[in-house]
Amino acid sequence: MSAFEFILSGMLAAATPFLLAALGELVVERSGVINLGVEGMMALGAAIAFIVVHNGGGHFLAFIAAGLAATLLSFLFTFVALGFRANQIATGLAIGIFGLGLSALFGNSYESMTVKGLAKINIPVLSDLPVIGGVFTQDIVVWLSLLVTLAIGLAFAYSKIGLILRAVGENPEAARAIGYPVVTIRVWATAFGGLMAGFAGAYASTVYTPLWADGLIAGRGWIAIALVVFGTWLTGRIFLGACLFGAVSLASLAMQTSGIELPSQLLSSLPYLVTIIVLGIISSNKKLLKLNGISSLGEPFEPL
Amino acid sequence: MIAATLSRMPHLARRDQASLSMTLLAPLIALCVAAFLNLLLYLAIGRNPGAVFHAMLLEPLLTWYSFSEVLLKAGPLLLIAQGLAIGFRAKVFNIGAEGQFILGAIFASAIPVLYPQAAGWWVWPLMLLLGAAGGAIWAGLTAFWRVRFNANEILVSLMLSLVAEQLLNYLLLGPWKDPMGFNFPQSVMFQMDALVPTLLPGTRVNVSLLIAVFISILAWLFMQRSFAGYKLQVGGLAPGAARYAGFSGGTAIWLSLLIGGFAAGLAGAAEVAGPLGQLQRSISTGYGYSAIIVAYLGGLHPIGIIISSLLMAVLYIGGDNAMVSANLPVAAVRVFQGSLLLSYMIAVAFVRYRLEWPGRSSGGRI
Repeated sequence: MSAFEFILSGMLAAATPFLLAALGELVVERSGVINLGVEGMMALGAAIAFIVVHNGGGHFLAFIAAGLAATLLSFLFTFVALGFRANQIATGLAIGIFGLGLSALFGNSYESMTVKGLAKINIPVLSDLPVIGGVFTQDIVVWLSLLVTLAIGLAFAYSKIGLILRAVGENPEAARAIGYPVVTIRVWATAFGGLMAGFAGAYASTVYTPLWADGLIAGRGWIAIALVVFGTWLTGRIFLGACLFGAVSLASLAMQTSGIELPSQLLSSLPYLVTIIVLGIISSNKKLLKLNGISSLGEPFEPL
Repeated sequence: MIAATLSRMPHLARRDQASLSMTLLAPLIALCVAAFLNLLLYLAIGRNPGAVFHAMLLEPLLTWYSFSEVLLKAGPLLLIAQGLAIGFRAKVFNIGAEGQFILGAIFASAIPVLYPQAAGWWVWPLMLLLGAAGGAIWAGLTAFWRVRFNANEILVSLMLSLVAEQLLNYLLLGPWKDPMGFNFPQSVMFQMDALVPTLLPGTRVNVSLLIAVFISILAWLFMQRSFAGYKLQVGGLAPGAARYAGFSGGTAIWLSLLIGGFAAGLAGAAEVAGPLGQLQRSISTGYGYSAIIVAYLGGLHPIGIIISSLLMAVLYIGGDNAMVSANLPVAAVRVFQGSLLLSYMIAVAFVRYRLEWPGRSSGGRI
């Protein structure tokens, strides 16, 4: 298999942790809240899911448990940041540190153990195509993630819930004036972000690389937050961004195995360097950010 | 029905003016709440909470030697947090102090690694200066990206920390690896002149603690007495007013990040030229992230930060104690740190707000 085919067929799976976490954060930010604890929520989800699978609970239960655990953590965020109108940046960082700590605590006795991943599902005919056939051979979570991406994109464009969410993020005072409970909507949007981060972590530790190691998330939660900016808060662009990061992480793997004379540490830093560069390119287009950005992002809502 | 329940819940009402007593009490309340919750957690994972409490919060203070170890740990936390707090007040969120610390350690190590024969009184002071420069350069990248390309400094500084970790690994596994070091990822041991002199005989506390205290005084003077510090604070509190007064946002970003990077780099240099005596993979046990908590817990105030850095140092030393004596996983310290900041964020809300109970419209003060 050529390096190109390797990257093409593995890209979607590598992109899935980024995609799920970023879509969750997209919904959170659309409602006007910024939760920087994604890394910690992913890590907690990853630990819980791994423990469930390792003890014979199966992947379905593992994803549910991971999603619930990360959702609980996001409720803690809302309790502090929305309940007490605390600084969302500092609260998010605290949630991140707390979640990483819990993940290391729970995963402590599972260090470097492995579990069995998930079987791939082929799409008949398409998966037999030359070169691009690998794209159509993915596990069930990847297929479901694509459906969720589509659903979220459509929901923002057409559904009432999506429009209310956007209104709450754009102009919370006006949303409240026409009768929408701003804080309650934000609480549930943030909970959705937690759920998705938990799924993302579960995928990372039990499907994509089914082994436990402390620090396994390795900045993917932060890249997911960056992806929301890359995608200028638009679902389709976030999906493309996630694919880019999936491809970048696979490309660095492919280069390490192909014997190209580059230090492996440089290749491991590739996703972080790409994040920095793309962040610079996208952010310098202030008009684009202003057009799609969320005006009440991170500001506490104080009903009078 | 939900609305009816909500209306019976207590809600936050703005105080007429910020409560000074709550400002001072908030860290203390947060510590008590976090300690209580974490002891429950230790009980839940089958540890003896009494033993953990003793090992973690009391033992570090019981003997002179263990207290000197607390002072040793407090040094880097104090330095980094003072630098970060200045930025946080200006609402420039540099959360990449970990990477700036690592770069400081790398820059400082360049002298003893490349010139192991270098001798003289000037070696360690030059190393500290180089380290501070290294931290400032690394933070300067973030400032440049923010000012030039409008890129979010939180994300860029964090990404640069992850890159810094890889850079450290590269050096220690490659060009800077000690050829006689049995293939361990560490540099040569530094020569005598490359080590910061000991301050308190019989302990590992060195002169860098004095430097940290001196920097704290400078930070206090800068924030309370200088015009540049005043401009930074105005920029953080009222960006609109700052712009109107002609204070440039770009300068605030550059200043905040360079100061933060300088202090973190200095701390990194003092760590390799101090207790470690060589460049290692584990030079930082999360100082850069813990210092964020130290900065907030100290109320972003130079004097508060002196106290909170001591508290965080007690947690570090106590966590190590509890690992040995009460078999507590090392991750428990991170859990404690996270819950401490969360408790503080709640407690500090009562500086500006009070709880109002429905039915007692103005009487229900807390």
